[in-house]
Amino acid sequence: MENLEAQRAALEASELSSLELVSAALARAEAEGRSLGAVVGLRAEAALAEAAESDARRRAGEIRSPLDGTPVLLKDNMVMQGEPTTCASRILEPFVSPYDGAAAERLQAAGAIILGRANMDEFAMGATTENSIFGPARNPWDPERTCGGSSGGSAAAVAAGVTGFALGSDTGGSIRQPASFCGVVGMKPSYGRVSRWGLVAFASSLDQIGPFTHTAREAAWVLEAISGHDPRDSTSLPEKSPDLVSALTGDVSGLRIGLPKEYFVDDGADSGVVEAVRQGVAELESAGAKVVEVSLPHTPYVVSTYYLVATAEASSNLARYDGARFGRRAEGVGDLDSMYRRSRSEGFGDEVKRRILLGTYVLSAGYFDAYYRKAQQVRTLVRSDFERAFEACDVIAGPTYPEVAFSLGARLDDPVSLYLGDIYTVSANLAGLPGISLPCGQLQGLPVGMQLLGRSLDEATLLRVADAFQRRTDHHEQSPPRAR
Amino acid sequence: MSDNPLDRYEVVIGLEVHTHLKTNSKLFSPAPVRYGDAPNHDVHPIDLGMPGVLPVLNEKVIGLAIRLGLATHSRVNTRSVFSRKNYFYPDLPKGYQISQYEEPVVSDGWLEIEVPAVSEGGGGNGKKTGGTTIKRIGVTRAHLEEDAGKSIHDVAVAGADGTHIDLNRAGVPLLEIVSEPDLRSAVEAGAYLRTLRSILRYLEVSDADMEKGQFRCDANVSLRLWGSEEFGTRTEIKNLNSFSNVEGAIGAEIIRQAEILDDGGEIQQATMAYDVDRRRTRVLRLKENADDYRYFDDPDLIPLLIDEELIEAVRADLPELPEQKLVRFRDQYDLPAETIRILVASRPLADYFERCAAACTSVKAAANWIGRDLRQALSDGGRGIENSALDAETLAVLIGLVEEGRLTAKNARDLLPELVAQGGDPVSLMEERGLEAVSDAGVIDEWVMQVIQANAGAVESVRAGDDKPLNFLMGKVMKAAGGKANPGEVRTRLVEMIRDSA
Amino acid sequence: MLALCAMSRITRKDVERTAELARLSLSDDEIEAMTHDLGRILDHVDQLQALDTEGIEPTAHAIPLATPLRADEASPGIAADLALSNAPLQEGYAFVVPKVIEGEDS
Ligand SMILES: [Mg+2]
Ligand SMILES: [Zn+2]
Repeated sequence: MENLEAQRAALEASELSSLELVSAALARAEAEGRSLGAVVGLRAEAALAEAAESDARRRAGEIRSPLDGTPVLLKDNMVMQGEPTTCASRILEPFVSPYDGAAAERLQAAGAIILGRANMDEFAMGATTENSIFGPARNPWDPERTCGGSSGGSAAAVAAGVTGFALGSDTGGSIRQPASFCGVVGMKPSYGRVSRWGLVAFASSLDQIGPFTHTAREAAWVLEAISGHDPRDSTSLPEKSPDLVSALTGDVSGLRIGLPKEYFVDDGADSGVVEAVRQGVAELESAGAKVVEVSLPHTPYVVSTYYLVATAEASSNLARYDGARFGRRAEGVGDLDSMYRRSRSEGFGDEVKRRILLGTYVLSAGYFDAYYRKAQQVRTLVRSDFERAFEACDVIAGPTYPEVAFSLGARLDDPVSLYLGDIYTVSANLAGLPGISLPCGQLQGLPVGMQLLGRSLDEATLLRVADAFQRRTDHHEQSPPRAR
Repeated sequence: MSDNPLDRYEVVIGLEVHTHLKTNSKLFSPAPVRYGDAPNHDVHPIDLGMPGVLPVLNEKVIGLAIRLGLATHSRVNTRSVFSRKNYFYPDLPKGYQISQYEEPVVSDGWLEIEVPAVSEGGGGNGKKTGGTTIKRIGVTRAHLEEDAGKSIHDVAVAGADGTHIDLNRAGVPLLEIVSEPDLRSAVEAGAYLRTLRSILRYLEVSDADMEKGQFRCDANVSLRLWGSEEFGTRTEIKNLNSFSNVEGAIGAEIIRQAEILDDGGEIQQATMAYDVDRRRTRVLRLKENADDYRYFDDPDLIPLLIDEELIEAVRADLPELPEQKLVRFRDQYDLPAETIRILVASRPLADYFERCAAACTSVKAAANWIGRDLRQALSDGGRGIENSALDAETLAVLIGLVEEGRLTAKNARDLLPELVAQGGDPVSLMEERGLEAVSDAGVIDEWVMQVIQANAGAVESVRAGDDKPLNFLMGKVMKAAGGKANPGEVRTRLVEMIRDSA
Repeated sequence: MLALCAMSRITRKDVERTAELARLSLSDDEIEAMTHDLGRILDHVDQLQALDTEGIEPTAHAIPLATPLRADEASPGIAADLALSNAPLQEGYAFVVPKVIEGEDS
């Protein structure tokens, strides 16, 4: 009973109560969740009480949504009043939020039971969930391998069947890449679709919350529950929450799938990954979709652009962690300057420091135009690449990541090569587009992810294609050895 | 060398004014804007810079910024951008201030100030009006930004090794108004600030109460040899919070810079503080390790778009400005220039006068009573015109009683403190207290006769042509009358009866 | 990669100055490592210099939106106790930080 659809069916058929479901999930969270390093905090008592309330609602016929009574994990960068939020950072280790974030509010309004917090890279900076005060999260398919990042804990938990769904945040691929490594569905909605109120910022113009599930259909349920306008977020889209479930017709005939030629170059992704993705596309073709070649000519520049924009914003967003009002203050600081320096130096890990420094540098006098402003201009070019491509196609397909999950520790000393892996995912963040990763095959016993990108606000088409693919294939039904 | 540095150097001053906008809530958070509350009682997680919070712009500030823009003949920009100014300070919760940098909401305007025609140093460039000159001062820009919190260094409160941080003020909306370096003396700087404050208050853009920190000024000061085209190196005196401090600080800084230049030294670009007690400026920090604020567009906020229709709607709704009111009063009312200046200085006072004058038979009487006696009574009672319990129409009734001779001016004046504090009907008050002036000629003659008989010596002197004792005798009669006689009438009868009793 | 990398030679001094701005204390070894890492990242990023972006509007936001506005209505923020609940040090209702010397700001 580890995927959302089955849980929902069992609840609706009264085969299982929410209390039973949540108790079982808590037990799995304590066992597999903790041993994988995927779960870093639980609110067991509150979750059980809420599960009982959900059961009472169900008896009274007052079910709030398809998610009512189902357990969920939040990445540890989404605040909830009275609960800790650490961002896997020493500097926020003691932080307990005095207010509620939108994601938690929306999930609770939908009746979902928030079980606790999932591991992540510190402040969402990383691609392996190794930059964490809690230690690394591990890949359920092979615990010696990374589950990806930065929302690795959420991905691993869903893959291992701890909960049927989880939320992550995606700034440059942090939902889609771990989804691909762990063999689950991960979706980044259009920028502005899900409120960022209460999401601890990494890079404000790129960050977006999204779901991890096993299927596109489940992703549609979750997205319907968490999206929609929020007056507390100035970048929240005024649109109402879209009707996604009704878009899942299974029909893709006539739909144009664009393959960017820059995503299929010789020195690009691992050939096994490319092969799996091509087979996936062929599946859609046999379902009636048309495959066309498109071009995203600025693809070679997107990683540079992304790291300049993201680190610049991050350097400013992370200035508030100063030891003055919340979070960790270094011990025995006698003067203001050492309060700042020591709290921050002791509180942040290496990757966070590296990015704060890079971002500070590219905004500083003399470098702003050459780096930051230049990157913003290239961001414009990347956006127009997509506008042009989407004249010729409805959805863009390609690999989510150039390779499958690699070994823990393998990239720790090589930040640049790790950054370069983000080549297929960062564009969606730069352009604000929705993107989804779904399992499309395996390589050496490890899942391969196919990424679909859609037009801005067109989550419906994206999910329709993903759902149609899953109706015809069983990659999403494969589960890792530990969970079997 | 002459002792007066102004003989050698021309003073160049530009002012940056921070004024609190008159709103109920903060610039980017719904927390209330209040003064004097206990620390950290008017805060929202947004003001604390808590992880995950986001700013949303307060609608009210847009109209206020447009008003100031229109009143200073500035351009209201249809697109402006919020930027982050990054620096660390404990009362700056996010580690950056949300401000406007490259694209402010208001730019390129001016306002006119009235300065003495013979001003120190360089002359004005405008038209002359008697002893004063009108001078036009450029307004470079005005931009929206959030205020910081307060650091309390006071050892008595915070102890010897701590500083207390109160974030009630953090996030209060500010308009920073930057002038061109067009001011040439401390007096001009003072005139500019008074004019600006009066505009802000007239437009209800800001209460601009300096004591509450709602109107603060930084002054950029430099000197150059007369005739020089180039600006000298400037220093910035921070946080001047009263008019006298602004004028004092600029005066002190002029002397400090002149001494350095006279000795052949160079002015270092620096941030200065003014020590009020010692009347000296001192260097807070040099700007050589230049501040690097790393301004960039705030990704949490979309550019502010203002459409022309809104600007026109605000323009149509714009109240009369002080300069316009001054001209209209001069045209409309036959009053001394000084009286007009007093009445126009504050919009509520001017409005009060106009309401009172409309209800009075004599405009002049209304102007005198308001300009002198009412203002006196208000200031004695420690209140402003806004919270006077005596409304303009009721004051007109009181003035009417005096004009009709039913109440003496003195008795009317004596009633003012009470009326201003508690209100009431002048007619019934007069009647209750038995203050109505006696106009029965027979009664007045009786009092006069008694006084003539009791003060033979003084009466003799008057008869001999010495008018001086007349006032003494008048006083005696008024005393006998309990103040209720019309002094003019008393005087007439006194003179007649002394003459007749000869 | 193009040979247009001249501008990215980030030095130890640059890293020290940047760390100063970011209020980070770095050991000698950390400065060394950061200089190396940032140098490599900037070497890569310098590829952007090859792109002609003359006249291209910069993108600060991925989606064009009208400015959302909030009505000027005050609502109580959070209780002072809650506001201070995470304070590393407090006295009364104030946050306490080590003594600030006037003029010490940035
Ligand atoms: Mg300034
Ligand atoms: Zn300012």
